[in-house]
Amino acid sequence: MNVINGGYPIDEIRKDFPILSEQVHGKPLVYLDNGASAHKPSTVIEQIKRTYETGYANVHRGVHHLSQIATDAMENARRKTQDLLNAADEKEIIFVRGATEGINLVASSWGRANLKEGDEIILSVLEHHSNIVPWQIVAEQTGAIVKVVPIGDDGTFLMEDYKKLLSDRTKMVAVTHVSNALGTVVPVTDVIRLAHEQGAVVLLDGCQAVPHISVDVQALDVDFYVFSGHKLYGPSGIGILYGKEALLELMPPYQGGGEMIDRVTFEKTTYAELPFKFEAGTPHIAGIIALGSAIDYVTGIGFDAITAHEHDLLEYATERLQSMNTIDILGTAPEKAAILSFNIEDVHPHDVGTILDHSGIAVRTGHHCAQPVMDRFDVAATVRASFGLYNTHDEVDALIEGVRKVQEIFA
Amino acid sequence: MSTDLRDLYQEIILDHSRKPHNSGHLDEATCEAQGNNPLCGDRISVYVKLDGDRIQDAMFEARGCAISVASASMMTDMIKGMTVDDAKAAHARFLELITDDDPPQLADDDQLAALIGVRDFPTRIKCATLPWQTFSAALDGGADEVTTE
Ligand SMILES: Cc1ncc(COP(=O)(O)O)c(C=O)c1O
Repeated sequence: MNVINGGYPIDEIRKDFPILSEQVHGKPLVYLDNGASAHKPSTVIEQIKRTYETGYANVHRGVHHLSQIATDAMENARRKTQDLLNAADEKEIIFVRGATEGINLVASSWGRANLKEGDEIILSVLEHHSNIVPWQIVAEQTGAIVKVVPIGDDGTFLMEDYKKLLSDRTKMVAVTHVSNALGTVVPVTDVIRLAHEQGAVVLLDGCQAVPHISVDVQALDVDFYVFSGHKLYGPSGIGILYGKEALLELMPPYQGGGEMIDRVTFEKTTYAELPFKFEAGTPHIAGIIALGSAIDYVTGIGFDAITAHEHDLLEYATERLQSMNTIDILGTAPEKAAILSFNIEDVHPHDVGTILDHSGIAVRTGHHCAQPVMDRFDVAATVRASFGLYNTHDEVDALIEGVRKVQEIFA
Repeated sequence: MSTDLRDLYQEIILDHSRKPHNSGHLDEATCEAQGNNPLCGDRISVYVKLDGDRIQDAMFEARGCAISVASASMMTDMIKGMTVDDAKAAHARFLELITDDDPPQLADDDQLAALIGVRDFPTRIKCATLPWQTFSAALDGGADEVTTE
């Protein structure tokens, strides 16, 4: 689909997502939980069906026709992902289960090969647990130390503190591109440049960035980049690890098994070339192919249009919430993407979530797997509305109406 | 407000959540336990003072939603003065009331009646049961933190 005459084709887009015509508790669904997982357009759903009906077999194994079709389709999805991220080579795109597995792969494989006692890993307070725990595990195993960049009261990444933490002991900087709990966009270009000046390697968690803004790993000069397919309107169970070829070449395999080997004997096993060295076992074949369809879908609309549309929604929602009483917005950094975290005074987010749900409005309530962020603001949880390419101003109005209702009930 | 939302957020629930009874630390507690709902970060501590097999006093400290705080408030009101066995039976009946497909009949003045609306909110049942589970753990010695997961 193309953006016609500069206008954002929201009506056409909404028709592409079958689930958006569902009703919840007798009300039209207002889905504002895209940060947790996004819905799938028909093209993705159809692609999964088509793969199983006409083009499915195991990949990279058989000489038979279907195996070849499935292999070609999967490798085609790898090239689409390469284009999406502007990676230099398709070998640099590794299929994993999701961002979590991608980070674990790097922490385990790169970390154990490169970290030693006293080396430092820099994270930020903004991190999702999946970009904290793998580093704690490898730190424990290697004697490396985890350092944490603080955030300001508005949720910004504090660059001056980051500079102070950086030193020649820094070996890895692993930070989120966009915060899932607050929406803060981290100034990653500077983060990467400064880390490289110290000889450190940088991993970016792109889960909340890839669905909303265009990402160019070569322009960023980032070393590792991960994201999950299910937040990019693709299937769950499939994610991407991008890594620079030179780094991936030097890393030992993460898991052993089929597909990742060159030749196996009991004396010695030699490993396959990239990317297969890191793709042990039968992958989520239909999911990978459908991720390719999801990428086609978003690039068909275009990131300029998506980013502008979501920015509009975020500004509108922020203004409307700010104009209400007893609302606390968490995360007001100047640069934000698609995420609005807030609390209603004296009302627990769970109660807000239940009442909104009864108006058909799906939001996330809880700590968003980012407890350090919650601790930073001394709250147990927040209500999070996260926008996607199919959301509308009317849905923001419904959210505001829902918040009013909560205030009424708890008045 | 739709009818079943009204069933959940009854005035009595909101009152208990705004002004919980028995909230605070019980210095003379003879047993206590901590409960945690890792999905939402809610935490509760339940303190019980036993005199033989009678519950002389019970208090709680909680950081949680209206449902869990109201449940803890009503629970502590109810179990004070009960024998341990009666309190355990009340716990069992509460679980039946809000989770069984075929719940037992309620008396009109049943102290557990107010929370029955939570039946229709499967994602919130754990909020209502956490205080009771934690209370039960306190009676059993309270060594491990109770968790809903
Ligand atoms: C910033 C961030 N990192 C990592 C993850 C983990 O992604 P997944 O569970 O798909 O591996 C998420 C999603 O919840 C996220 O928002």
